[in-house]
Amino acid sequence: MLFPPIQGELCYFYATTIIPLMTYLSAIGSYSIMVKEVFKKPTKWPIMKSLIFKEIDELIFNSLGIIVFISLFIGGVVTIQTALNLENPLIPVSLIGFATRQSVVLEFAPTFTSIIMAGKVGSYITSSIGTMRVTEQIDALEVMGVNSLNYLVFPKIIAMLLYPFAIAIAMYMGILGGWMAGVWGNFTSSADFIEGLQMDFDPYHVTYSFIKTLVFAFVIATVPSYHGYFMKGGALDVGKASTTSFVWTSVVIIILNFILTQLLLG
Amino acid sequence: MIIVENLHKSFGEDHILKGISTSFEKGKTSLVIGQSGSGKTVFIKCLLGLITPEEGTIDFDGKIYSQLNSNEKRELRQEIGMVFQGSALFDSMTVEGNVMFPLNMFTQQSQSEKEDRVNFVLKRVNLVDAHHKYPAELSGGMQKRVAIARAIVMNPKYLFCDEPNSGLDPKTAILIDNLIQEITKEYDIITVINSHDMNSVMEIGEKIVFLQHGEKAWEGTKEDIFKTDNEAVTSFVYSSELFKKVRQMYLEERT
Ligand SMILES: Nc1ncnc2c1ncn2[C@@H]1O[C@H](COP(=O)(O)OP(=O)(O)OP(=O)(O)O)[C@@H](O)[C@H]1O
Ligand SMILES: [Mg+2]
Repeated sequence: MLFPPIQGELCYFYATTIIPLMTYLSAIGSYSIMVKEVFKKPTKWPIMKSLIFKEIDELIFNSLGIIVFISLFIGGVVTIQTALNLENPLIPVSLIGFATRQSVVLEFAPTFTSIIMAGKVGSYITSSIGTMRVTEQIDALEVMGVNSLNYLVFPKIIAMLLYPFAIAIAMYMGILGGWMAGVWGNFTSSADFIEGLQMDFDPYHVTYSFIKTLVFAFVIATVPSYHGYFMKGGALDVGKASTTSFVWTSVVIIILNFILTQLLLG
Repeated sequence: MIIVENLHKSFGEDHILKGISTSFEKGKTSLVIGQSGSGKTVFIKCLLGLITPEEGTIDFDGKIYSQLNSNEKRELRQEIGMVFQGSALFDSMTVEGNVMFPLNMFTQQSQSEKEDRVNFVLKRVNLVDAHHKYPAELSGGMQKRVAIARAIVMNPKYLFCDEPNSGLDPKTAILIDNLIQEITKEYDIITVINSHDMNSVMEIGEKIVFLQHGEKAWEGTKEDIFKTDNEAVTSFVYSSELFKKVRQMYLEERT
């Protein structure tokens, strides 16, 4: 038996702390084993190539619309809020552009967009792989001698290597949205805004953002795959697995965001 | 020959397979029969390695499954064809795509060779005009037949079918049974079929393994099944009036 029988307060401690902790640890363990398995016994290249193109289409191109939409509006809101809080006449108006650039490039484009993608792309990945699990299509692949993890997950990881391009678009769109809201809403002149955009520019911030983005891309491709691949049950459970997968993908992104920020900027 | 020895499998507290030993020979259609829930699917999935048994060995012509490394397992699996109870067709692919899938994955054949092969097996399962349909657009029986076509397209050495003809009309069911038997003879392969259909038993039951509550309660041939006094078998097999009469007539004829 994994856990010896115990009584009283210790028992409560076990039930509320040790057992959940063990569950998380074992989940992390099987996630790592899964990731290792993904890179073993690769599928034939001509087949893999077409799978990768399909995933690029599904995961990246199909997400661009929502990414552009969200970024424009978020950029706009950041600009308006900064402008409304700028009451002290000693602070130059160009700060509006500066604040928009900093918040969009550092956080909103990479992190906020990734949380949205954890929902959009993540639930697609979990439900498509989960459906294959419950209808035994994954078993069918395995019985044929196909490495189903490589076949299903590897193309998603490769497709998500293009994710930084989507985030670059998000950065442009966020700043464009800020400019539109600021200039058209008469909060700032175009010249002031652009001056702010160029103020104290540190290219390393962009590097930092793209490093984060690549890590998030890997998380968005693999964590939902894990939840779909190892799910049990029927059609109803596919829905539940998608929800759980979204929660965990977001949690992992937020924790990694904190750690990476400490490491890269701290 | 596939030799199974002392196979045990539990899910939590439920002991599903309780020490099953049997063997399946080349060129013969072997049937595993038993009530719904008796463990047939779990048994066949243990043979395929989709479920890992707690105890017991499975020997594929001298290769002990549990002793193979993952590459050797995959090589062995390329010689296995499997028809799942729920067909398990890839729903993102057409019928043709499904049947061609193993050829694409594991052979170097040219497109026209592959197409010829796919046409050939689809014809054998009596499906000639569904090449470009998706699984969702097929009837249950058609899906089963596509699954059989996909299982035999690589000329497997071992063929496993989990209720290949459940949900089919009697005529198609017999057609499928006969097809599986024909293929078994023609290519001299080992075929294991899960079934609770008595027609199949009478039609192609060259070896019958009867499972009850996770144990092997009886085994024999379709001729033996008429003669046996084993109560579990008779109460399962002769639960319908029709088969009771058939048995009576058979026994009278012999005396
Ligand atoms: N993954 C699983 N987890 C828990 N229990 C399971 C699992 N798979 C099967 N069982 C249990 O094992 C028993 C045997 O199931 P199995 O699917 O092998 O039956 P079967 O003989 O194939 O029935 P049928 O003829 O209806 O297909 C059932 O009681 C089922 O509840
Ligand atoms: Mg079954």
